[in-house]
Amino acid sequence: MPTRVPAVEGWFTLGDEGPPALLGSRCTACGTYAFPAEAQFCRNPDCVGQEFETVELSRRGRIWSYTDARYKPPPPYVAADPYVPFCLAAVELAAEKLVVMGQVTEGVTVDDLKVGDEVELVVDTLYAEDDHDYLVWKWRPVSPGQEG
Amino acid sequence: MPDDKRIAVLGAGMHPWGKWGRPFVEYGLAAARDALADAGLSWRDIQFVSGADTIRNGYPGFVAGATFAQALGWTGARVSSCYAACASGAAAIGNARAQILAGLCDVALVVGADTTPKGFFAPVGGGDRKDDPDWLRFHLMGATNPTYFALYARRRMDRFGATEEDFAQVKVKNARHGLANPYARYRGEVTVEEVLSSPMVADPLRLLEICATSDGGAALVLTSMDFARRHSGGAEPAVTINAVSTVTPSFPNTVIEMPNFSTDSAVAFSGEWETGAGFRPSITSAAYAEAGIGPEDLDLAEVYDLSAALELDWYEDIGLCGEGEAEKLLRDGATSLGGRVPVNPSGGLSCFGEAIPAQAIAQVCECVWQLRGTAQGHQVEGARVAVTANQGLFGHGSSVVLSR
Repeated sequence: MPTRVPAVEGWFTLGDEGPPALLGSRCTACGTYAFPAEAQFCRNPDCVGQEFETVELSRRGRIWSYTDARYKPPPPYVAADPYVPFCLAAVELAAEKLVVMGQVTEGVTVDDLKVGDEVELVVDTLYAEDDHDYLVWKWRPVSPGQEG
Repeated sequence: MPDDKRIAVLGAGMHPWGKWGRPFVEYGLAAARDALADAGLSWRDIQFVSGADTIRNGYPGFVAGATFAQALGWTGARVSSCYAACASGAAAIGNARAQILAGLCDVALVVGADTTPKGFFAPVGGGDRKDDPDWLRFHLMGATNPTYFALYARRRMDRFGATEEDFAQVKVKNARHGLANPYARYRGEVTVEEVLSSPMVADPLRLLEICATSDGGAALVLTSMDFARRHSGGAEPAVTINAVSTVTPSFPNTVIEMPNFSTDSAVAFSGEWETGAGFRPSITSAAYAEAGIGPEDLDLAEVYDLSAALELDWYEDIGLCGEGEAEKLLRDGATSLGGRVPVNPSGGLSCFGEAIPAQAIAQVCECVWQLRGTAQGHQVEGARVAVTANQGLFGHGSSVVLSR
């Protein structure tokens, strides 16, 4: 079994206990969220807050827009050989009032996506190298039966 | 308009855009010499050199102002070098303008030039940089620049019913505009069919709808109004810069932008949460306010068509029409040469490709020639007021208002 490691530290939970989630920050003074997490300064220009709690962001959101990558992105992207195109989505999280990007899970094409569709967060392999699976967050369409 | 906000443009010069593979300094120097000759001034007359940096050409690119000054021969002129991504040229113009308006100098030279690699822009510099969002967006998402352009394009289709043919028509228009422009890299007509049969790169954007990366150089000679009058024996300068906007976004910026992973969170914002009104509209509105004009005064605009679809967003962002009305403006021919307010009469990035630090300066050069009435083969007849608009990643606005 390859070892599962996040491709970036501290940006999401692996879902070993409960479902995976993005890890953002929430300003304890004004409530502003940030992803990736802020540790020093609040993005709100009217807030002088300097304390942040780490919070799991909403696991479901709605597609703000989407596209795909027909050609292999340049390094530092680590592409599979042969290259398999993938989709990307920008997803609105209602509770946090922000939009987060991410790849869409394998096997989904742009024909499967619409603006406003519901998606949920999963953790999946970004690339495999030296007996390690490097993991990242991805958005997976919620099938109609699962909505609600 | 009073003199306290205006400066004169005495000279404009460019090196043709292309993929020449020569050192960027050569393009910058060629443009600078043309701008000086155009102004009827010599290099020794320049008191302040304002360079727009390139970050893909080593140390000389990071100190572009001094690099150009040394190449032209040290004269003791004061210098600045600045980087603001795609907005670097406007920032360099802004620096020169501030020196002139403050009375610290009378004559300034602004120069930007770039030599670019082939293909998608990749993050600059090697090694793992897990604190750099520009490195991380490639590494973690494979998100290239066209990824972001495509998100906007798809959103336009969904919100306003834009079609693939609309995007193709923007390309067709700009290709036609650039046909006679001697500085454009791509000079050839294309048809809607050719655009729509070019390879899909980032759905819904196709290869012919996405801006290429180019080599090029552009330069301006800028002076105080008094100097311009003395230089011309008392005549008013032919073209003036009346405003330069280098604004940053306002919180909460609710449109996803390169190279970010997310937008600002709007939870602490008392207004309504809108994920559509972003940074771009504020860029030109600041310029219009400074120049004391409105979009209805424009005779032409040079906007940053990184993609054909993005040009439609700009129509609304710079105030040529209301939200969702850009497709109609395009279809009615209002933004074509001969229309009410031609957009990108130069051919735009569509015909040039992007030479980052030179591009915002090149937009101004085009406006200068349009306002003088010397843009042969692509002249906007009787043009009196022009605007440029552009946005650099990491929150750099760029807009210049010119008039004659």
